[in-house]
Amino acid sequence: MAGSETLTSGEYIKHHLTNLTYGQFPDGHWGIAHSAEQAKEMGFWAIHVDSMFWSLSLAVLFGYVFYRAAQNASAGIPSGLQNFVEMMVDFVNDSVRGSFSGKNDMVAPLALTVFAWVFLMNMMDLVPVDLIPYISGVLGIHHMKVVPTTDPNITFALALGVFGLILYYSIKIKGAGGFIGELTGMPFETKNPLLKPFFAVINLILEGVNLIAKPVSLALRLFGNMYAGEMIFILIAVMYSAGWVLGIFGGVLQLGWAIFHILIITLQAFIFMTLTIVYLDMAHSEHH
Amino acid sequence: MNINLTLIAQLLSFAVFVWFTMKYVWPPLVKAMDERKARIAEGLASAERGKHEQELAEKRAKDTLHQAKLQAAEIKANAEKQAAMIVEEARDKAKEEGGRQLTAAKAEIEQETNKAREALRTKVAELAVMGAEKILRKEIDADAHKDIVESVANQI
Repeated sequence: MAGSETLTSGEYIKHHLTNLTYGQFPDGHWGIAHSAEQAKEMGFWAIHVDSMFWSLSLAVLFGYVFYRAAQNASAGIPSGLQNFVEMMVDFVNDSVRGSFSGKNDMVAPLALTVFAWVFLMNMMDLVPVDLIPYISGVLGIHHMKVVPTTDPNITFALALGVFGLILYYSIKIKGAGGFIGELTGMPFETKNPLLKPFFAVINLILEGVNLIAKPVSLALRLFGNMYAGEMIFILIAVMYSAGWVLGIFGGVLQLGWAIFHILIITLQAFIFMTLTIVYLDMAHSEHH
Repeated sequence: MNINLTLIAQLLSFAVFVWFTMKYVWPPLVKAMDERKARIAEGLASAERGKHEQELAEKRAKDTLHQAKLQAAEIKANAEKQAAMIVEEARDKAKEEGGRQLTAAKAEIEQETNKAREALRTKVAELAVMGAEKILRKEIDADAHKDIVESVANQI
């Protein structure tokens, strides 16, 4: 696998970190990029087909399972699937009730979607790093990144979605004036009319950073964790090409890292969900 | 690691899936769970009620039993009292009857005695008269000397 003569370790790693990109070449025609450089040249007008494929597949899987459970839901004795789904719903509901003080029917389903989706996307990390790329390679697709959350596009999209909701509800609940007041009126307050504009600027900078930090940290935390985890799996996989002893050692490491990664996967999904709830709660409440 | 259209596509699918969950997944599940919660609560409440009712019924049965025992005891006591009274009454009546009969007998005896005495007296008077007749024959008229004879007879 990694030890094929045509690939060095560096190339192997780079290969694993390149998305299957469909986009517009600099000369104007659309197609699939054959190397990381080509993908980079495409700029904004390109789409990561693998990230989208896996994230959509997992979302459809989640949607299908939960939709089926929801259709069959009854107040009687729950079956196995319904039990599992209800457990998740209960878990999310408890989290929302614990952190979210406002009243909004959208927050809990949003939190469930975020949690389940991020969890499933993270879980793709536990699939051996070479398995799906190898299969797709056999099928003629040469780049395949199977963990959507190691693609910053995916994590930033989720974070920006949440950010959009934060802005929407901040303005809806507090009014545009109230929201701007919150951004400029704190943390430095003064009664002096001459100092007011000066303080407002400082406050806006501080609160603006605070506001922007929410989606950025949300996206980068998830991306960073999953990217690093994926990278370690790839580095462990490189060991397989270095002979028997290192190969077995690598196997042990991979098992250990995978077991540890189960925790990270769940934790990151949980953190993303909890912060989503907390940020929306902030957007709903009058004061920080 | 390039930021590109993927971001927009993912953002759109995110919106769609949140909408889907909100519309088709969350409400039926939560509804079913709430219903079940209500049903379980109701079941527990009715079980509690049943237990309470059973306790009440037991208590009522015990009370009734106790009451019945008391009543039975009372009836028994009454019956005993009545029996004693009847015996007493019968004894009294018997005594009274005895007394009455005794009195009647006594009276009869007295009457008989008086009668016998009267008869005897008459006989004695007759005898005296007869004796005096025999002694005096012609001199004494039975009618003329009746008071004398009677006084004699009375003294007997």
